[in-house]
Amino acid sequence: MSGVPVPGWRKALPVFSRHVLVLAAALVTVTACGAQQAEQPSQAVSSASPAQAGAPASGRAGVLSITDPWVKTTKKGMTAAFGTLVNPTDSDITIVSGSTPLSSRVELHEVVDSGGKMIMRPKEGGIVVPARGTHELRPGGDHIMLMDVTEEVKPGVRVPFTLTVKGGSPLEFTAVGKDFAGGREDYQPGMKH
Amino acid sequence: MGAAISRRSLLAGGAALPVAAAVPGRQAVADAVAGQAATGKVAAAAGTGDAVEPFHGPHQAGIATVPQAHAVFLGLDLLPGTGKEAVVRLMQLLTDDARRLTQGRPALADTEPELAVSPARLTVTFGFGPGLFAAAGVTSPVRALPAFETDRLQDRWSGGDLLVQLCADDPMTVAHALRMVVKDARAFAKVRWSQRGFRRAAGTQAPGTTQRNLMGQLDGTVNPSNLDRSVWLSDGPEGMRGGTTMVLRRIRMKLEQWDAADRSAREFTIGRRLDTGAPLTGRNEHDEPDLNRLNQLGFPVIAEFAHIRRARAADVGQRILRRPYNYDEPVGADGTADSGLIFVSYQADIDRQFVPVQRRLAEGDLLNEWITPIGSAVFAIPPGCAPEGWIGDRLLTA
Repeated sequence: MSGVPVPGWRKALPVFSRHVLVLAAALVTVTACGAQQAEQPSQAVSSASPAQAGAPASGRAGVLSITDPWVKTTKKGMTAAFGTLVNPTDSDITIVSGSTPLSSRVELHEVVDSGGKMIMRPKEGGIVVPARGTHELRPGGDHIMLMDVTEEVKPGVRVPFTLTVKGGSPLEFTAVGKDFAGGREDYQPGMKH
Repeated sequence: MGAAISRRSLLAGGAALPVAAAVPGRQAVADAVAGQAATGKVAAAAGTGDAVEPFHGPHQAGIATVPQAHAVFLGLDLLPGTGKEAVVRLMQLLTDDARRLTQGRPALADTEPELAVSPARLTVTFGFGPGLFAAAGVTSPVRALPAFETDRLQDRWSGGDLLVQLCADDPMTVAHALRMVVKDARAFAKVRWSQRGFRRAAGTQAPGTTQRNLMGQLDGTVNPSNLDRSVWLSDGPEGMRGGTTMVLRRIRMKLEQWDAADRSAREFTIGRRLDTGAPLTGRNEHDEPDLNRLNQLGFPVIAEFAHIRRARAADVGQRILRRPYNYDEPVGADGTADSGLIFVSYQADIDRQFVPVQRRLAEGDLLNEWITPIGSAVFAIPPGCAPEGWIGDRLLTA
């Protein structure tokens, strides 16, 4: 059954449903080959509807997107953001850095085995999303690391992020705050900080 | 169809409801589901883990949905200081969990995604208690029930600011969905109570067969055939239109005492035969009871305080939609049962549809000898939401 259009529902902030994310992915993106960024992420997410989504989704087959973005809640200090990067293009896409108003220190991290202990550290060369492939950012794997967070990240909040893409325009998206117990690997600072 | 009171009214009866039915309960439910455009899917996949109930729509799922085998009802109390902004975030998170899990997809940040792959007709239904409206600064469309003489209510089974009803044909699916919901809710609320209920397992009986409750009575609810008239709200606050209200009562059965009642006493109490469920004045389950027929001594065949007489609603338009579950908790050391019914009803207007019947039953129903209401809660059930929305959006962002 389809939703009945209800006065006011468009004003409501949506949750990150798969539909919305797919749409958002279609709208909020950027390709490695220079497509224009569609809209501000919040607008894209808020106004996305199945009808609107169809056209951009098919018309912009070649743009990097992220599905199911979320950020682990925290009172302050360190936290991390996750999601699945989707690259529908025929070329690898490299993400070289990230930013968010939540933190002045954002790093792209990996988790590696160091002498039998899992540690996380900055990922050399950035994160590569393979051509026609996906790359998952997840607890225990590659992730967007936020340090020196001074504002509480509450469950359900929407946090804007921007990922800088090598040779392309940035990928902007909004991640939702989620309580999560895991992802506590020891942090191994990188040399550049 | 001439059916008047189905056997399910026994159950309800125990629980509280009236019901004169023009249509067998299963037909009413089927009609209701057809209204949700889900009939084909449900029929085709009934009893399988892959079966999916739609999440989005004008009404929340889990109400007109053909009852699943397993259920958990979760009553939450908002933490002190939780205001509208936080309630909105909570409902956005929980709606997201529900729309994913009901469609067989893991919740966001699901730590056990493999447990989400068999939705088994999972539905997740949300209800707002008076306390949630107070916290959000919105006028509540529901209020606590009046006290009934037969009530022996316990705080541990009563009240609650937010209800989450989870139903599926597989208990693992219910357990996983419950876990995800609780993990997202606990930053905002404490668990006030949780009640697990069950019906016949999917596939145990032919579809539509009337089931029995734990007192052995045929549990054949005669539900309303026109939900638009008796269940879904079409006026009142804009944010509630398409929604309804819910009464949840925990009814304890005194099975030790029930054991002492012989069959004729049991049938006299209800006004129906135990084997067929037929009224004492009829031959078949759905025969209309003849409330005026007298026996050789000049007494009514269906006694003045027989359950079906007391539970009968005079106005068929005032029928409530009953969707009860059985409960059966661990047996006491001396073998005493802790069993009963999680009575659940949906109706457009609690004061007009539920209260009069419950009052009549509380004032005089032979069945009261063996049943005791020990829990009670009321909730406003917001309408369903659009794919981009969340449950309660029109109530809390107006």
